[in-house]
Amino acid sequence: MSTTLERNAPISPPPPEQNEHPQRKWYEYFGFSTDHKVIGIQYLVTAFFFYFIGGALAEVMRTELSTPDPDFVQPEFYNQLLTMHGTIMLFLWIIPAGAAFANYLIPLMIGAEDMAFPRLNGVAFWMIPPGGILLMSSFFNGAPQAGWTSYPPLSLVSGKSGEEIWILSILILGTSSMLGAFNFVTTILLMRMPDMDIHSMPLFCWSMLATSGLIIIGTPVLGAALILLSFDLIAGTAFFNPAGGGDPIVYQHMFWFYSHPAVYIMILPFFGAISEILPVHARKPIFGYRAIAYSSLAISFLGLIVWAHHMFSSGTPGWLRMFFMATTMIIAVPTGIKVFSWCATIWGGKLSLNSAFIFAVGFLSSFLIGGLSGVMLASVPFDIHVHDTYFIVAHFHYVLFGGSVFGLFAAVYHWFPKMTGRMVNETLGQIHFVMTFIGFNITFLPMHQLGLQGMNRRIALYDPQFQFLNMVCTVGSYILALSTFPFIINIIWSLYKGEKAGRNPWRALTLEWQTASPPIIENFEEEPVLWAGPYDYGIDTESIDGDEDVEDMLAAVTSESQ
Amino acid sequence: MTLISLWYGQNHGLLPMAASNDAGEVDELFNFMMTIATGLFLLVEGVLVYSLFKFRRQKGDTTDGPPIEGNVPLEIVWTAIPTVIVFILSIYSFEIYNRMGGLDPMAAGDPGPQMMAHSHHHSELVALDTSQQNIALGLGISPESQQGINPLEIKVNGIQYAWVFTYPESGVISGEIHVPVNRPVALNMTAGDVIHAFWLPEFRIKQDVIPGRETNLVFTANQVGQYPVICAELCGAYHGGMKTQLYVQTEEEYAQWIQDNTFAMKESGESVAMNPVSNSDTEFLEPYAQDMGVDADTLAQLKP
Ligand code: HEM
Ligand SMILES: [Cu+2]
Ligand SMILES: [Cu+2]
Repeated sequence: MSTTLERNAPISPPPPEQNEHPQRKWYEYFGFSTDHKVIGIQYLVTAFFFYFIGGALAEVMRTELSTPDPDFVQPEFYNQLLTMHGTIMLFLWIIPAGAAFANYLIPLMIGAEDMAFPRLNGVAFWMIPPGGILLMSSFFNGAPQAGWTSYPPLSLVSGKSGEEIWILSILILGTSSMLGAFNFVTTILLMRMPDMDIHSMPLFCWSMLATSGLIIIGTPVLGAALILLSFDLIAGTAFFNPAGGGDPIVYQHMFWFYSHPAVYIMILPFFGAISEILPVHARKPIFGYRAIAYSSLAISFLGLIVWAHHMFSSGTPGWLRMFFMATTMIIAVPTGIKVFSWCATIWGGKLSLNSAFIFAVGFLSSFLIGGLSGVMLASVPFDIHVHDTYFIVAHFHYVLFGGSVFGLFAAVYHWFPKMTGRMVNETLGQIHFVMTFIGFNITFLPMHQLGLQGMNRRIALYDPQFQFLNMVCTVGSYILALSTFPFIINIIWSLYKGEKAGRNPWRALTLEWQTASPPIIENFEEEPVLWAGPYDYGIDTESIDGDEDVEDMLAAVTSESQ
Repeated sequence: MTLISLWYGQNHGLLPMAASNDAGEVDELFNFMMTIATGLFLLVEGVLVYSLFKFRRQKGDTTDGPPIEGNVPLEIVWTAIPTVIVFILSIYSFEIYNRMGGLDPMAAGDPGPQMMAHSHHHSELVALDTSQQNIALGLGISPESQQGINPLEIKVNGIQYAWVFTYPESGVISGEIHVPVNRPVALNMTAGDVIHAFWLPEFRIKQDVIPGRETNLVFTANQVGQYPVICAELCGAYHGGMKTQLYVQTEEEYAQWIQDNTFAMKESGESVAMNPVSNSDTEFLEPYAQDMGVDADTLAQLKP
């Protein structure tokens, strides 16, 4: 483990020919690497691997739910699928995918050579495959079936080995996420290039500061809860087991103390990505830089004091329900600021409707629905009705899928040229978007109504009156499944056959676009120069010739400003 | 746009019927939120769709848009409006919640976590000492109807995967719940194994039912009818089958039902296989197993 900060050494090799940059060999991506770019891609590919597994499990669940009877899979197995789907999607897909972009982008965006602790970074990544494989292995002797929340006493009585494996793997994955977070904070705070003050840092870095803070504060509490749960499970203690005088509600508080912030851990990185993507493709500065940056911090702080809104109908006394209602309502304000600022960023711009941009707009329009239903859920009297129903399932998929996953695809399309040096195929990207957007809404929109009407969640068998809408959801989920094919084909095709990207195909201003695509091993050939703010679009409205070199542009800008 | 929001807020048709006054109030709250949400939805989606058409980049145009980096008055407006909205929503929700009895300090005698008897005799669990008055867990009596009316008390016990209702006044024990219309009903609830949740969708009320603790719900039905009772907390494989019926009856019908059941229980001693005190879970569940899809294996596992 490296404990010294490796400062950006001012080595400037003579500018080599375009194609002779030293590049990583393919096998380095399969081994222990300390290069943040390799690690970022390792995270991303691993996350996608688990996404396909988690998605396949969801398709089995949706197939089961196309009829009211538990005929396709046994209810017990359904609960295993449910638990594994939730756990995989959160801990092996969205959280690692956020870390992927953080790893890849932070050092490039702040003009550093690597992360503050490169070896620790490698270790953090290499905890994920064992954690994931461990979790998967539980399928062989009874996967956990108490839901991703794993509330005792149910989690103590439904399959010991699966539950213990679940706990261990979450502990491993949680530790990995903490190590990553330490690295992000240190890197962002200490390794920015000399002229970049904190207010000229790209917004993605702000959002990763907020995310990392939450990870560092929340994860230990989850760890503690799971270790105690594990004692109850194996050693027969009774911290949470009412059969021995324990209190299951304390587990819920500890669990949600992490897991509410965790939903922001899962969305904030993509808020950051959206703030990067919109200005580039709208050719306009981000609207309200400081407002967006500070609302990330506000969300992060408020996110720590809203956890019991998941427990409004649990063992929570009335006055506490009112307190958490108030804090939850307030969190809508910074979130609203962001959404409005993003809309204002697009307004009056010159929009290129490419895959990255339309996924970003898809993000805005779906996340909006998740946010509006979120404010409704903050209202205790209403939440009491819909808690633990399909309304909630709809709400959190609008946030996690409509928000995080759409944001993630936008980010993949936006930074693919940087990561690989090749452009993606736009037609396939747009087909991917249309199918995803339609499939997503058909799958999850009707679930709001199901929940309001009386369909509870986490069930393998349901009342026949709900069959029609469930059928609709299932059809939607098949469209979603199909939508991944254009994506996969696109990625593989573009990797080999895509048009060469050049350093800055989007004519973007953040620093990662000032180096080669893919970037050279230590990121920049020479000290990068901060010649414009990250979002200074339109300041120099003259048309910029695509072939012009960054150096020429630089010279032009410096001479103009003198 | 305002008109559409107002109309949709009232006519979304998303909620099932409301069978109590409280439910009506929750619906009004929901309609109010739905109105605001529809308005905001149309506004934001409208801006997005309009922009996609209006501000599309012309082919060959490589210039940038106007360098607008912010607009302080505008930002103040869109910070202030949501703030005011959530403030109003909070006050309104607080009001409704209070009227539903959510802040009734005497609602329950939750004595905090208790040692749970390690047996399958549910009656012992229900008989927790509730003399210590503590903060309510759940909904109590609504402040308006506090004086005068004495609520009908029913003890509720949730076990995998059934509900057991005990009427202390008459000693009736049943797997279905019958209540008279227009009289407050107070449920004192606990669970025998894992956490369940007692949900009455037509009454818009729900409360977790927790082993070793007592939680409460008070409601007053205002419509005669039959309504589903649903478990809304994952409690095991057949969680989806854990449901029963609530019958709201007229005073007379209800009295008749109580009488029939008291009589039946006295006569047969064992009652209609409805008395879990003398039956194990397995025997108790057998009659229901068919409807719930519980197979023989599951039942066998329950055998002590
Ligand atoms: C392929 C599209 C997806 C489909 C069809 C799908 C479907 C489902 C279904 C049917 C459930 C069960 C709901 C219940 O009974 O409570 C569920 C639960 C869940 N899903 Fe998804 N989902 C999808 C994608 C995602 C994504 C992308 C995420 C996260 C990033 C996610 C996170 C979750 C979580 C956390 C749960 C809760 C698990 C639990 O209750 O323990 N899902 N999903
Ligand atoms: Cu939360
Ligand atoms: Cu249940």
